[in-house]
Amino acid sequence: MQPPHFTHMLARLLGPAEPEIGCDQCFDQLDSYLDLQLAGHDADTAFPGLHAHLHGCPACREDYESLRALISAQP
Amino acid sequence: MTVASAASVEPAVRPPSAAAALAVDPVPAGLLDDESRAWLRDLRAQGPVHEAAVQRLHALLLRAARFEVARRRPGLPHLRGDELGEIALEAADDALMSVLARLDDFRGASRFTTWVYKFALLEAAVKLRKRAWQGREIPLEQERWDLLSSAGLGPAEAAEQSELLTALQDGIAALTPHQRRVLVALALNGVPVDVLADRLNTNRGALYKTLHDARRNLRTYLTNRGFDPAVSFEEHH
Repeated sequence: MQPPHFTHMLARLLGPAEPEIGCDQCFDQLDSYLDLQLAGHDADTAFPGLHAHLHGCPACREDYESLRALISAQP
Repeated sequence: MTVASAASVEPAVRPPSAAAALAVDPVPAGLLDDESRAWLRDLRAQGPVHEAAVQRLHALLLRAARFEVARRRPGLPHLRGDELGEIALEAADDALMSVLARLDDFRGASRFTTWVYKFALLEAAVKLRKRAWQGREIPLEQERWDLLSSAGLGPAEAAEQSELLTALQDGIAALTPHQRRVLVALALNGVPVDVLADRLNTNRGALYKTLHDARRNLRTYLTNRGFDPAVSFEEHH
């Protein structure tokens, strides 16, 4: 078992093993993915490859987390 | 609900025929919630109704941009409050232009407010990432290997790490120069993709495609030498 910082570096270098979409598709689908997710539906099945992309792309991951935080903060 | 298929990493470009179809056939009314329908109706109106809707939309986008600025503020101690306020305003202005230009792209698969928020958040995030790296050199070389200490590992694990590290370095060296620079900068040295795209005069989508290709080649390299990169990644994933 390798230490966490080593596996973390490996994850960043190798990215997700499963098929993923690109950044432009991610942006196009992010709002629908999130609304579906927050409504309790299976967003990962509806939008294949998006979940993997969020693990491979730190910038899109940040955008996702910001959008989720903003929507969750709404009254 | 649009169901996308998992595809290889390619910039998504809407074909002209689809864009034209959207222009004459906006969102079917049944797909929209009342609030989203009202937004579209008012933004597509003429005169004072349109102007008031644009003002409301800008206020919404500014709130989202300020939200993003506030989230990232702890990581930007060198930026003053008025600079951050200007960035939020610029982000809202740019997002407003994007939303109005792409209004016919909204298909009602999400709430309208969720759809517009992402434009403001993206604009703010990109501007803040660029400001954070303004004037900084972009590290394109493998500077982080020495941080990977094997301290605390047993002899077998240290040897395993050393072997994998050597294979990784060899695999990275076997990439094309462009793939190598992009992989090292983004994945190893933590340079934000927007910042590197800006310095290399390209865009996020194209750069991520390069990163994706580099990662695939590196996985193949490791697999061909008897390593199982999927196992190592899944442990963290």
